[in-house]
Amino acid sequence: MELQAVLMAAGGGSRMTDLTYNTPKAMLPVGNKPLMWYPLNLLERMGFEEVIVITTKEVQKMMSTDPKMKLDVKMKLDVVCIQEDGDMGTADALRHIQQKIKTDILVVSCDLITDVALHEVVDLFRAHNATLAMLMSKAHEFTETVPGQKGKKKTAEQRDFVGVDQSGKRLLFMANEADLEDGLSIRKSIMRKHPRMHIKTGLVDAHLYCLKKAVVDFLADNKSISSIRGELVPYLVRKQFSKTTNCPKIKDDAEDQNQKKNDGSTNHELLISSRDEPLLQLAQDRSCWNDHRGDMSEAYHGGKLRCYVHIMDEGPCYRVNTLAAYIEANRLAPKLFEEVPVHPSAVISERCQMGSDSYIGAMCQIADKTSIKRSTIGNSTTVKEKVKVANSIIMHGVTIEEGCNIQGSVICSNAVIGRGADLKYCLVGNGQQIEPEAERTNEVIVGADQLMEI
Amino acid sequence: TDVIIESSVGYFTEGPERKDDIVKAKQEGKELTKEEKQRLRKEKKQQKKSKEKKDDKPSRDSEKEKKPASAASPAPQTPTQPPAQKAPSAAPAPVPVPASETPSAADKPAKSKAELKAERRARQEAERASKGKKGDVGPQAAPGKPKAPPSELQPVVKRLPEHVQVDNPEVLKKLAKKLERQQIPLRSDYGYKVSLFSHLHQYSRKAPLTQQLGIPSTVIHPAIVRLGLQYSQGIVAGSNARSVALLHAFKQVIRDYTTPPNEELSRDLVNRLKPYISFLNQCRPLSASMGNAIKYIKKEISNIPSQCKEEEAKRKLLNCIDCYINEKIVLAAKAIAKYSIEKISDGDVILVYGCSSLVNHILCEAFEKNRKFRVIVVDSRPRLEGREALRRLVQKGINCTYVLISAVSYILPEVSKVFLGAHALLANGYVMSRVGTSQIALVAKAFNVPVLVCCETYKFCERVQTDSFVSNELDDPDDLIVTRTGTTQLEHWQEVPSLGLLNLVYDVTPPDFVDLVITDLGMIPCTSVPVVLRVKNVDQ
Repeated sequence: MELQAVLMAAGGGSRMTDLTYNTPKAMLPVGNKPLMWYPLNLLERMGFEEVIVITTKEVQKMMSTDPKMKLDVKMKLDVVCIQEDGDMGTADALRHIQQKIKTDILVVSCDLITDVALHEVVDLFRAHNATLAMLMSKAHEFTETVPGQKGKKKTAEQRDFVGVDQSGKRLLFMANEADLEDGLSIRKSIMRKHPRMHIKTGLVDAHLYCLKKAVVDFLADNKSISSIRGELVPYLVRKQFSKTTNCPKIKDDAEDQNQKKNDGSTNHELLISSRDEPLLQLAQDRSCWNDHRGDMSEAYHGGKLRCYVHIMDEGPCYRVNTLAAYIEANRLAPKLFEEVPVHPSAVISERCQMGSDSYIGAMCQIADKTSIKRSTIGNSTTVKEKVKVANSIIMHGVTIEEGCNIQGSVICSNAVIGRGADLKYCLVGNGQQIEPEAERTNEVIVGADQLMEI
Repeated sequence: TDVIIESSVGYFTEGPERKDDIVKAKQEGKELTKEEKQRLRKEKKQQKKSKEKKDDKPSRDSEKEKKPASAASPAPQTPTQPPAQKAPSAAPAPVPVPASETPSAADKPAKSKAELKAERRARQEAERASKGKKGDVGPQAAPGKPKAPPSELQPVVKRLPEHVQVDNPEVLKKLAKKLERQQIPLRSDYGYKVSLFSHLHQYSRKAPLTQQLGIPSTVIHPAIVRLGLQYSQGIVAGSNARSVALLHAFKQVIRDYTTPPNEELSRDLVNRLKPYISFLNQCRPLSASMGNAIKYIKKEISNIPSQCKEEEAKRKLLNCIDCYINEKIVLAAKAIAKYSIEKISDGDVILVYGCSSLVNHILCEAFEKNRKFRVIVVDSRPRLEGREALRRLVQKGINCTYVLISAVSYILPEVSKVFLGAHALLANGYVMSRVGTSQIALVAKAFNVPVLVCCETYKFCERVQTDSFVSNELDDPDDLIVTRTGTTQLEHWQEVPSLGLLNLVYDVTPPDFVDLVITDLGMIPCTSVPVVLRVKNVDQ
């Protein structure tokens, strides 16, 4: 077997708590499908037959009852539950399932919506015998107004600085703005080996990683690393150029032995040698190929640890981890997957004006004289007469009474909007009730218990 | 009526001396004389005995028509005159008529049978004429000739390999079917092909074969997918490197292999390797050295005794592969280096072309043995492999000069020897190597500079080729698009209808330009290659 797929669906959606305090992020409806359906669909389309899903018990319960998950996902899902409130990072989760990992892995996050040709990433992983291959995409501007956001969107909260080489494939440098207090410093050894480096900041990390099995084993030994994106990836990128990688000779001195033991655990993944390492080396020696020109070193500068990145220029690639991204995804995801606009079981009266880019879920009831434009309406939602819904996202089980006017808003599941309410750019939390004739603009309406304590 | 059938059989038993009588008799539709009938009856009984052992073909004409198309047999179209509507079988002599048919046919009146025969003959004549088979004398003569089994009469026609028949749609269809059976995607050709080379494949590097494969590749072993990618992207390039990488991948395949129940390792493993080889061929056409390595592996696998346990068989195979690499590549390189060092004297100026792993190895060894020489590295676009050779030599400390191939006639007066590497050595003494080698050999000959080709014996190939057109490899034409500080003049070459970009990979050098071939068996002249091949075959 070549690659095992691992889907990380235990994330809490910490950047959009208004949406996720009641619904786990993995099951948030996007285009009337649960969010985790999208990466699973991507894996299924690529040809995967089994996926290990790391998630919480709540999500597992919801998965088993959700019709979309049951019907559409043909792969075998091996669900591993972890504690919800434990501080398990993604790397911790990998450590947890180390026993199940038999070969190289492809880690995907549940909030990734994309139609990338996965072979681009995996080919980098295969062809260069890389330790890490990841996917990134040019960030798209979010054009929709986000409810509840006061003022301009705060700029670049935490930029990522990504350094790639001339070909744009080899990952040389990766750091988050938060870690660079004094400024961006690049080691001279890297500059000597790769004199031309392109540093990009406008990239979105798709959180899709191909990792060698040895990395998982390394994680098992190094319990200090808890997040793939935050710690493991920068560590691997740094380790490409560390001195020890280029001197794999093990001396027999006693003191060196001790030192090697200390380093041994950290250098574990560096000893990724197949059984026929001398043959591979012979093949590389005899091959007249080099990945760089201009200096005297051999291909890959003799380094055994290599990290590659595939940067998508065009095509959708969204990580639904903020409200803005969620709204954008709702707008675009159904188009991507050619969703049927109206679910067959929805009951829609004839005098309803429905725009062509609206999506109605199962078992909805849309009454007369309603107008639904550019919106997504979830399952089992009731929309009474004379309601105008525009640019909004209505989740499941919502009741909208007569005469409401909802614009640019996000109404979470099981909310009730009283009659005559006028909501513009609001976010109505789960199970909330909006009193009739209410007029709200640009507000986040959540229950008192969900308000964050500062 | 019985008699008549026998007589018809007899037409084919008779030799040419009776032919005319019988022919006349048949054409006139007359009945044969009594003696003839008796003779024929006797012979018919003989053939029936031999016929029992063979099967008849069910259809007549269709089979006969088809056969000449495929095999150049001289007398395939023996139309059987017997009323029994059976085609002549592959019997060595005359067409036997099954006895079972005779009663039914015997019921027909004699006269109409003769008429039928005449009609049939006329029809077959017409068919034959339309096919333009001048070689056949006619249906009457055919019986005269013994109907030998197809294998005997057919000359040994070597089928053209698929990869040089790309412009033949039938061949392509067959290939597509074969790949479909093996569950391997078909790689489609790219771009306009120069008409002289339209019979070869031309692929684009931007459309890798993995696009059409599922991501965790289950049909093809992951090591092979990796290898195919490395071939198509040029990460593993060079005849020796490709063979070593191939054998390395095969080692992994063998390690991960388990014999399915009720199967034998010796047969099943070979069948398992076939789709992998097709896949690799689709990624990049196999080199001669790879072909020889594959033949060796297949032979070793089929020679595994059936009572051998799987673990031991696998261990043996892995050992064989290691030995092969060690003997044919590593030790051969050492031997060749030893021979070549004798040919390198102090003060030599050696010209090398491109990046040949063997030639680089030789030069590095010679330098370590303290020979004083300098090297001129000649390079050519689009691969510019000479840069890699230059790097390796300079890293050792050898004094190097670097020129492009357009300057070779300017630099040759300085040169004392030319060392060339080879991709394969053909059976007629031609050297197949990177495109440009024959140019260098030609110019060197003109300047009377000795040309020495270094080649291991496992690259010797039984093919015969006299020109570089028949069998070659076309690389991605987009490699020829040069970028100079942002301007790519040829970027839209596909839009110009009369423009074709040709990126050849190999060419053949005639043996008259090569003075010596240094192999691990010694230093031989180019024309001794078939001798080496013969000796090798005898050994095996």
